[in-house]
Amino acid sequence: MIGWLFCVWMAGSMAEEVSREQIKGLDEQVQDIKKDVLGISTELTQLEEKLIYPSNTQVSVFVTLVQGDKFRLDAVNIKIDGKDATHHIYTFKELEALRSGGVQRLYTGNIRTGAHTLDVSLIGKSTGNSDYLQSASYKFTKSVEPKLIEISMSGPDSSNQRIGFKD
Amino acid sequence: MMRRYLWLFGLCFSSLSFAGDDSSRVTAKDLYLGEAFYYAMQGEYFDAITRLDTELGQFYRLDDPTLDPLHFQINYANFSVGDFELSYRMHQRAGRAIKAVLEGNVEQSVRNEAAYRLARIFVQKDDPRNALSTIEKITGNIPEKIRDDELFLRAQIYMLNGKFEEAVKILQGLQGAKKFEGFSTYNLGIALIQSGQEQRGFEQLDKAGQIKSDDEGTLAIKDKANLLLGNRLIAAGQPALAKQYLDRVRLTGPFSNKALLGSGWTDVALGKFDRALVPWSILLKRNPTDKAVQESMLGVPYAYAKLDLHGRAALLYGSALEHFGAELAKLDASIKSIREGSFLKALVRDELKQDKNWVVKLRELPESPETYYLLELMASNDFQESLQNYFDLDDLRKRLEAWDASIDAYEGIIRSRSEYYEAILPEVDKTFRAQDSQMRLRLEQRQALDDRLKIMLVAPRPDFLETADERVMRGNLRTLAEKYKNDPSASANDIRRRIKRLEGVLNWQIKTTYDKRLTEAYNHLHQLDSDVMRLRDIYRSFVRSRQAATQSYKGYDDQIRQLRNRVRDSKERVNILMARQGNMLDMMAINELDQRRNRLEEFQVQARFALSESYDRASKKQLEEGVQK
Repeated sequence: MIGWLFCVWMAGSMAEEVSREQIKGLDEQVQDIKKDVLGISTELTQLEEKLIYPSNTQVSVFVTLVQGDKFRLDAVNIKIDGKDATHHIYTFKELEALRSGGVQRLYTGNIRTGAHTLDVSLIGKSTGNSDYLQSASYKFTKSVEPKLIEISMSGPDSSNQRIGFKD
Repeated sequence: MMRRYLWLFGLCFSSLSFAGDDSSRVTAKDLYLGEAFYYAMQGEYFDAITRLDTELGQFYRLDDPTLDPLHFQINYANFSVGDFELSYRMHQRAGRAIKAVLEGNVEQSVRNEAAYRLARIFVQKDDPRNALSTIEKITGNIPEKIRDDELFLRAQIYMLNGKFEEAVKILQGLQGAKKFEGFSTYNLGIALIQSGQEQRGFEQLDKAGQIKSDDEGTLAIKDKANLLLGNRLIAAGQPALAKQYLDRVRLTGPFSNKALLGSGWTDVALGKFDRALVPWSILLKRNPTDKAVQESMLGVPYAYAKLDLHGRAALLYGSALEHFGAELAKLDASIKSIREGSFLKALVRDELKQDKNWVVKLRELPESPETYYLLELMASNDFQESLQNYFDLDDLRKRLEAWDASIDAYEGIIRSRSEYYEAILPEVDKTFRAQDSQMRLRLEQRQALDDRLKIMLVAPRPDFLETADERVMRGNLRTLAEKYKNDPSASANDIRRRIKRLEGVLNWQIKTTYDKRLTEAYNHLHQLDSDVMRLRDIYRSFVRSRQAATQSYKGYDDQIRQLRNRVRDSKERVNILMARQGNMLDMMAINELDQRRNRLEEFQVQARFALSESYDRASKKQLEEGVQK
C-alpha cells in the first residue's frame, strides 16, 4: 500500500482531455472578437463625441491628485455657472488609480462660447483622519475649440494650492 | 515544448501584467493618456485600450502632431497600449504598436526599451524563438528603470531556448537585485540543474529555501524551492534529507498541504510512524476536498497500523470510508450541477469578483457544490486563461447589448435634430443670405474708403474730407453763384464777391485742417475696423453653428447602419464563443472532477481492504491477549 500511495502523491499533474490546441484555437478566436469589439468601441466613442459633445461646445473636466499626497478623497462636486454639473464618490480602486498618476475625466458636457465659472468642492479626510473640506472657483473662457480643464487636488498638509486649475 | 517542460519543473516567471510590472507613479503629460492609465490601474483594460486607441488615432490624424501634448510621450503611449493589450490577453495584437516604435527613427535607449517589451510579449505568446531574436537586438544604452528587468527576462528567454549556461551567467549577476529576491535564486538553481550542474543547482535552491522576507511572493517561491528539493530527495531515496526541506515550508502557504503530506511520508520511509502522525494529524483538520488531506485520511490509520494499534487504525479507516463516501456524493452532485449549467452561473456572479480571493471563496459558497473541488483546477494556467476569456466574453456581451441601446438613442437624437433643423433652417438661410449680401456691400464700402485714404496720403484731396455741413454750404454757395452769374446789377456784384469770399473761407478752413481731418478719418476707419472684426466673428460663429447644425444630423446614416451591423455580428460571435468557452470550462471541470472521483474510488477500495485487514489483526490481537490471560 505504501508504494501505491506514494505514487499517488508524487503524480500530481492534471490529465488534459481538453487539448492545448483546442484551448489555443479558441483563445485566438476570443482575441479576434476582442479586437473587433474594441474597434467598435473606439468608433462609438468618436461618434459619441462628434454627436453629443461637438468641439465648439465641448467642455471636459479632469481630476488629478498632486504627487505624493496621501489625503483621502471621498467625493467631488462641480458646478458650471452655478448649476450642478456632476458629483462623484470615489471607490478605493479609483482613489488608488488617482494616487498612482491616473487622470479621471469627471465631466464632459456642452456650454456656449464665452466666459464661464467652474465651482469645485471636495470632501475627504486628512492623513490624521480629520474631515477635510475645500472649495474653489475658476473663471474660464470657452472658445470654438474643445475646452479641457484639469483640477489638481491636494491635502491639508500639502504646500501646493489645495485645488488648482489648468486649462 | 521546452516551456512546458520548464513549467513542470517549476521555472518561475516574474509577473508580466501591467499592474505588477510598474508599481511606480505614472506621469502622463497628456490628459487622455492619463485617463487611459486611470482605467488600466483599476484593471479595466478594455476601457483603457479604447481611450488610448481613440487618442492615438486622433493624434496621427493631426496636421501638426507636434502641437499635441501627446507628442512628448508618443513612445510611452505606444508602449502603454501594448502593455494594456497584453494585460487584456490580446497577445496577438499586443506587439503591433511596439513594433512601430522599434522600426521608427528613435534613439537607442527607446529602441532598446521597445525591444525589451516586444520580447516580453513573445514570451507571453509562448514564442521563445522570436523572444530570443528580439532580446538579442538590444545593444548599448538600456534605460535604468528596466535594466534589471531586461536581464531577468533575458535569462528566462535563454532558459526557454535551452541556453542554460548563458542564463546561469546572467542570474548569477542578479543575485543582489531586491526586486527578484527568491525568483532569481530559484531560477538560477533550475538553470544550473538543467545545465548538468545538479549539486550546484541544489545549493541555489537550498539558498532560495532559506530567504528571509515579508513579501508574499518571495515567501511562496521559498516554499516552492523547499518543496521541490524535498520531492527530488524523496525520489532519490534520501528521506531524512528531504524532511528538513519539507519542514521548512510554511504551515499557512499554498504549498503547505503537499509539504505536510510529504513530511509524513519521509517519516514513514524512515520507519518513524509515530512522527508521521504529527504532520498528517494537522492535515486531517484541513479542507476535506484537498487531495493531500484526503490522502492523509489513509495515511493516519496506516501509521497507527504500523504502530500495532490496529483497533484505532480500523476505526480511522472506517471514518475515512465515511468521508470518501460523502465526498463522492459531493462530487456526483458537482458533476450533475455542472452538467445543468450551474458552474458557469456561479462563476459569473458579480459579488465574487469584488474579492481578490474569489477563487478560494468559490469553494465556500453554500449553493455551489460544483465549485468545491475545483480550486486546484482553477489555479492551473490553462483553466485560468479560459476562465478569464469567459469573463471577458461576458463583459463584451454586456457592452454590445448596451451599445445596441446607445445606437437607438443616437438615432433618436439625430431624428429629433433633423426634425427641428429641417423646419427652421430654410428661413434661417434666407435671412442669412440677405444679411450676407448687406455685409458684403458694407465691407466693400469700407475697403473703398481705405483705398481712397491711402491715395490721399500721396495725392491730397481736401474736398474728400469736407464735413456734411461744409458740403451743404458749398452747394448753397454754388447755387447762389449760379443764380447771380449773369446779373449785371451792383448788388449782384457785391453778392458774387461775398460768395467768392465765403468759398475762400471754406477752402481755407478745409486746407488748414486737412492733416487733422485725414488723421480723424484714419481713426474713424480704425474704429470701424474693430466693428468689422466683431462682425466677422459673428459671421464666422454663425457659419460654424450653421455647419454644426447640419453636421449634427446629416451624414451619420451609413456609419450608424454599419455600426449596428457590426454590433449585431459581434453579438452573435460572442454568444457562440461564450457557449464554446463555457463548454470547454465545463469539460475541464468535469474531467477534473472525474479524475478526483476515480482517485477517491481507488482510496475507497484501499480503505476497505485496509479496514478488513486492521479489523482482522485487531481481532487476532484481542484473541491472543485473551488466550494469554
